[in-house]
Amino acid sequence: MPMDPAEIVSLIKQGIPDAEVQIEDLRGDGDHYGAYVVSAAFRGKTRVQQHRMVMEALQGRMGEELHALALQTAVPSDT
Amino acid sequence: MSTQTESNAVFERIRDEVSGTPVVLFMKGTPVFPQCGFSAAVVQVLTHLGVPFKGIDVLTDPSLRQGIKAYSDWPTIPQLYVKGEFVGGCDIVREMYQTGELTEFLQANGIEMRPAE
Repeated sequence: MPMDPAEIVSLIKQGIPDAEVQIEDLRGDGDHYGAYVVSAAFRGKTRVQQHRMVMEALQGRMGEELHALALQTAVPSDT
Repeated sequence: MSTQTESNAVFERIRDEVSGTPVVLFMKGTPVFPQCGFSAAVVQVLTHLGVPFKGIDVLTDPSLRQGIKAYSDWPTIPQLYVKGEFVGGCDIVREMYQTGELTEFLQANGIEMRPAE
């Protein structure tokens, strides 16, 4: 049963409190989402480490319940 | 075989694979017949850059499919390895490709590329 986008956002925010999360339903089928996550906690980390942080926040659902979540991470631009 | 020795055997095999070939892609299906869109996307990137690589189909071996996730502490397939180092899954490889970082990374690791004309 695909996950509800709001649940994805709240899980990520629980794991990464300052995260700004945008979710996009890539194919409109409720099973292929894109998540764009911005957080200062990513600063100085490699992409692999940043993505790992998000996946850990999702508590093991990645690759299981969440078959297809395309991830993109970024550090807040200092404007 | 107890699960402990079983997972050691899988780790051993993974270690041999990623150290035995410069570029290794653990994927679903084969480079010619990828069985998942994400695996196919990485195959496409590597083929476009003309990077010789070894595709390993995790669908043929459930213990390898689970073992690779524990080995890299990364929960999804595909997984790209260059010179024994885990580079990323589909999202990261695609993002690196779009920014040009992948070409730089491969060159820095002495990987020969023959881009498609």
